[in-house]
Amino acid sequence: MTTMFSGASNLAEGVDRAFIFIFSVAFIFIIAIVALIFYILIHFSRKKNKNPQQFSGNTTLEIIWTVIPVIIVLIMFYFGWAGFAPMRKVPADAMPIKVIGRMWVWSFDYGNGKISKDLVVPLNKDIKLNLYSEDVNHGFFVPAFRVKEDVIPGYNNYMWFRAISKGTYDIFCTEYCGLAHSGMTGKVIVLDNADFDKWFADLKVSDNTVHPGLAIIKQNACLTCHSLDGTKIIGPSFKGIWGSKRIVVTAQGEKEMEGNDEYIRRSILDPNADVVKGFNKGLMQSYKEVLKAEDIDKIVDYFKTAGGQK
Amino acid sequence: MNNQTTTTPLNFLNHQTGLWSWLTSTDHKRIGLLYMYSIVTFFLVAAVLGLLMKIEKSAPGETIMTAQTYNALFTLHGIIMIFIVVIPGLAAVFGNIFLPIMIGAKDVAFPKLNLFSFYLFLTGAGLGLYSQFANGHSPDTGWTFYVPYSAEASSNVVIALTAAFTLGFASILTGLNFIVTIHTMRAPGMSWFRMPLFPWSLYATAWIQLLATPVVGITLLMVIAERTLHVGFFDPKLGGDPVLYQHLFWIYSHPAVYVMILPAMGVVTEIFPTFSQKPVFGYVPIALSSLAIALVGYFVWGHHMFTSGMSYESRWFFSLLTFLVAIPSAIKVFNWLSTMYGGSVDLQPPLLYAISFIFLFTIGGFTGLTLGSVATDIQVHNTDFVVAHFHYIIFGGMGFGFFAGIHYWFPKIYGKLYSIRWANIGWGILFTGFNLLYFPMFIMGIQGMPRRYFDYDPKFQLGQTISTIGAIILFTGLITMISNLIYHAYKGATAPANPWHGVTLEWQIPSPPPHENFDEIPVITRGPYVFDNPHTTK
Repeated sequence: MTTMFSGASNLAEGVDRAFIFIFSVAFIFIIAIVALIFYILIHFSRKKNKNPQQFSGNTTLEIIWTVIPVIIVLIMFYFGWAGFAPMRKVPADAMPIKVIGRMWVWSFDYGNGKISKDLVVPLNKDIKLNLYSEDVNHGFFVPAFRVKEDVIPGYNNYMWFRAISKGTYDIFCTEYCGLAHSGMTGKVIVLDNADFDKWFADLKVSDNTVHPGLAIIKQNACLTCHSLDGTKIIGPSFKGIWGSKRIVVTAQGEKEMEGNDEYIRRSILDPNADVVKGFNKGLMQSYKEVLKAEDIDKIVDYFKTAGGQK
Repeated sequence: MNNQTTTTPLNFLNHQTGLWSWLTSTDHKRIGLLYMYSIVTFFLVAAVLGLLMKIEKSAPGETIMTAQTYNALFTLHGIIMIFIVVIPGLAAVFGNIFLPIMIGAKDVAFPKLNLFSFYLFLTGAGLGLYSQFANGHSPDTGWTFYVPYSAEASSNVVIALTAAFTLGFASILTGLNFIVTIHTMRAPGMSWFRMPLFPWSLYATAWIQLLATPVVGITLLMVIAERTLHVGFFDPKLGGDPVLYQHLFWIYSHPAVYVMILPAMGVVTEIFPTFSQKPVFGYVPIALSSLAIALVGYFVWGHHMFTSGMSYESRWFFSLLTFLVAIPSAIKVFNWLSTMYGGSVDLQPPLLYAISFIFLFTIGGFTGLTLGSVATDIQVHNTDFVVAHFHYIIFGGMGFGFFAGIHYWFPKIYGKLYSIRWANIGWGILFTGFNLLYFPMFIMGIQGMPRRYFDYDPKFQLGQTISTIGAIILFTGLITMISNLIYHAYKGATAPANPWHGVTLEWQIPSPPPHENFDEIPVITRGPYVFDNPHTTK
C-alpha cells in the first residue's frame, strides 16, 4: 500500500498551510461573487428594474478593492515563501544520496557502488538528494513529501527532506521526457533506523563499471528509439541484435541480413540504407558527424560482448 | 453608393461575390471572417484530439492508442490550440472585424499588410499540420519544446518550430497594424478616454504581440540552429544550457497568456453595459488595468520555473511579482460586477457567457495564485492542477469570451438572429461539461497526478473517468452551440441594426455593415457608454 497524500515529511506542514490559506480565501471570494451575481440577476432583472441607474464609477470603491486584494495577496505570498524557504536550507549533516534519472527509470546511488532502484531512507533523518540526469530533463516528485525539483543535465540541482512517517510513497517524473514518461515512477520506502541499517548492509555493491559503448549509446539518446529490453519503440530493440537474422528493406527490395560488425556500422552511418521490416524509413539521421570512429568501435564491442546478446 | 433602392442593400458580405473576392479582400471585416473560419476549423480539430486524449485516459493503461500516439496528440493539441487558435483568436477575429468600426474608421491602417498577415498565419498553420504527417512521424515534445529533448528527439521538430515561428510573425504584424490604427485612425473627437474598452484591450494586447513575440521567434530559430548546425545554445552535450531555453521560452509565452485573455476581457466589458443598459463602472480603472497587466505580465515568467533549479532569490521574487499581476484582474472583476449592479439586466446568451467568464476566470485566477505561491507551486507544478488551471483561464476565459463575443456580434456580422433557446441549451451543456472535465483535475493534481501522463496509477481512476465524461458532454455542448450559429447564419430571421440596444459605434450602422463601414465618418462628442434612453422592455 502506498500512501498518497498524508504529509509525510517535515516540509509538508508549511506547504499545506499555504494551500489552506489560499483555498480558504478563494472559497470565500468565489462564494461571495456567485452570491452577488445571483442577487443582481434576480434583483436587477429587466422584469423588476425598468430604471437602470446611470452611475459610472466611485473612486473610494476603486481604492478599497485595490488595496484589500493587495494586502491579501501579500499575505498569500508570505505563506508561500514561508513554506518554501526551508526547502532550500539543507542541514549540514544531511545524508547525501545521488538520484540518477535516465529515460525512463530512477536509480539511487548511496556511494561506494551501492545503487538501489528504490529510494530507501531512515525515519527522521535529514536526507539530501543530489539530482543528476543522464539524458534529458526529468522532474523528481514525491507528492506525499510535498517536494519536487527538476533533474536537468549539466545542473547540480538538489532537494532535501526528513521523512516523519514510516511507509511507502510514490515517486513520479514530472518533466516530460519522451515515450515512457508516465512509466518513470518509483518508490520511497521509509524504514526505522534498525531496519534501514539492515537493508543498507544487505544492499549489494553493483558492478558500477558501465561498458563504454553503452555510455556512448546513452549519451546520444539512442535509447529514446531503441530499447535494451526488447520493447518495440520507434526503432528495433538492441536486445539480441548480435548475430540475429532480420529482414531489411533496401532500395533493391527485401533481404535477410545478420546483426554483425558491418551491419551495425552501416546502421549508424547510413541508417536509411537497410531498414528493418516493420519500421519506418527517414526517422534516424546519420551519426557520421556526431560519433567518432572509436566511439562506433566501442558500440560494436558493447553489442558483441554485452548488451546485444540474446 | 447607388444601392439604396435595391431590395437587399449592399454590405461587406455581398458587395462582391465569389471565392476570389474573399481570398484577395483587404476589407478588415472579411479578413476577420477568414480568420474566424480558419480558427474555428482548427479549434474543432484540436478539440477532437483533446477528446481522444481524454477517452484514452478513461481507464489506466492503453485503451484506444499507444503511448507514442498519445504523446504526439498532446503535442499537436497544444500547438494548434496555443499558436493557431488562442493567441491569434480574439484579436484576429473580433479585433479585425470591430476595431475599425468601434473607433469610427473605414479600415485598419495597413489593409494589405493585414491580408498578408492572414496568409502568413495560414502558412504557419499549414506547416504545423505538415509537421504532423511528414516522414510518417509526429513531434512528441509537447508544445513547450523543452530542450534537450526537443534537440534530440527524432521527430519533425524543426518543421513544427518553423510553423510556430511563422505564426509568430503573423501575430507581430497584426499587433503593429492595430497599434498604428488606434494611434492614427480614431474618429474626430474620439480622445483616448472616449475610446471603447474593447479597443483599449486590443491596444494593450498589440504591444505584447509586438514586443514579446520576437523573443520566441529568435529562441525557436536557436533550437533549429542547434538541431541542424549543432550550435550549442541549450543542449548540455554541445555546451549549452537547458534552463536558458526555459527562460527565453517563457519570457514570450507568459505574456502570450495575456495576449489570449486581454481581448476576452475587452469583449465582456462591452457586453455588461449593453445588457444592463448602464454605463461601464470604472472606465478608467478598466482601461489602465489592461495596460498594467500588459506591463507587469512581462516580469513574471519565472513562475513557470520554480522547480527548475533557479536561485532561491529569483524564486521568491518572481512569486512576489506574480501576485501583483493578479491585482488588475481583480479590479476588472469588481468593476464588471458593479456595472451590472443597479442596471436593468437582461440575461441573453451573450451575458450568460460573459457571466460564466467571470466565474471560470475567477476560479482560474485563484488557482493561478496557488501556482504563484512558491510552496504550493512546488506541489502542483507539472501536475493536472496546472492543466486544469490554464484551461479555466484560457478555455473558460478566452474561449467563453469568444463565445460571448460571437453571440453578441453575430446579428451585426450576418444580419441574422440565432435561436436564443438553442443558444441557452448549448451553453448549459457546455458549462456543465467544462466543469466536470476540468474540476477533477485540480483535485488529482493536488494529490500528485502528473501532467502529460499516458498511463496513471489506478488510484486516480475515479477522477479521470469523471473528467472523460465531462469531455464528452463538453464536446456535445460545442456542437450544439456551433450548429445553432451556422444554421441561423443561413436561415435565421433578419436582425435589426441594433438588437441589443448597444450604444457603441458598431450598433449605429446597418447589419451587416456596409463595405467601408461609414458613409460619413462620425464625430465623437462624448464617452462611449452613455445611455440616453435606456431600453428596458423585453
